[in-house]
Amino acid sequence: MSGLFFAVLGHNQLWYMFPLIVTISLVYGATRHEHLLPILDQSVRFGAWIIGFMLMIYCVFATISWWT
Amino acid sequence: MAKPSPSPSSHATSSHARGPYDDIEIDLRNPVLAGVFAWLWPGAGHFYQRRYAKGCLFMVCVLSTFFYGLALADGKGVYVSWQENDKRWPFVAQFVCQAGVGLPVLPAVIQNRRVLVEGRDPLWSGWMAPPNPRNRDRFGKDELAQWHEKYNSAFEMATLYTMIAGLLNVLAIYDAYAGPFLMPVEEESDKPPPEDDSGNGNSGPS
Repeated sequence: MSGLFFAVLGHNQLWYMFPLIVTISLVYGATRHEHLLPILDQSVRFGAWIIGFMLMIYCVFATISWWT
Repeated sequence: MAKPSPSPSSHATSSHARGPYDDIEIDLRNPVLAGVFAWLWPGAGHFYQRRYAKGCLFMVCVLSTFFYGLALADGKGVYVSWQENDKRWPFVAQFVCQAGVGLPVLPAVIQNRRVLVEGRDPLWSGWMAPPNPRNRDRFGKDELAQWHEKYNSAFEMATLYTMIAGLLNVLAIYDAYAGPFLMPVEEESDKPPPEDDSGNGNSGPS
């Protein structure tokens, strides 16, 4: 499964997600706090949440594709 | 949440909110004006409120996302069009979201007037110009089809990036208007409850 993941990551549009995750996390964190340190802390946690959620969806789809 | 001043013209009233990290008092100045500035140029509303760090953060995040998306398809991912096969305004949401960025999308409106209304050639090498339905290649493809063929998925990514930039600026506009969404602390709960002189628990007027 990890081989498939890196093969897919190597040459397609998934790379576009990283700048988006960074900016969305920072802007979201900035709407929750006023000072830089808590903004960064919130951003890291929110970015990790986004990546975790996407990985979960990826695992679901990978399992379905392996099953069928 | 930090609330704006009840009277927007009063610059002295501040919002006060606390969170796990934040114990702050924010002077939102005129929140409506700050919101308008924040829409016109990402971060400008926060600069007006003297919240420079957040202004820089919003400006860098929103504008870098927007201009990177714009560059992905040579400036063709943002345009205004209401042609029959390509409605981007107002019923389909691409330009509605992109317009959240404010003044940086103004060239798209100018190009729309010039190309689709007046029928002239676009300015600035076609930057933010809508596809001209009269421009067809030798196979009969219109200009929009040619763009899709040339840029492939980058055209969709350009649209996506610029739409997300506009939506992120909506969050920044709201932050300029109302302040950050902090966890409010019940200050009254820190104080001991008032003593009841009557002893029957009824402190109201008899």
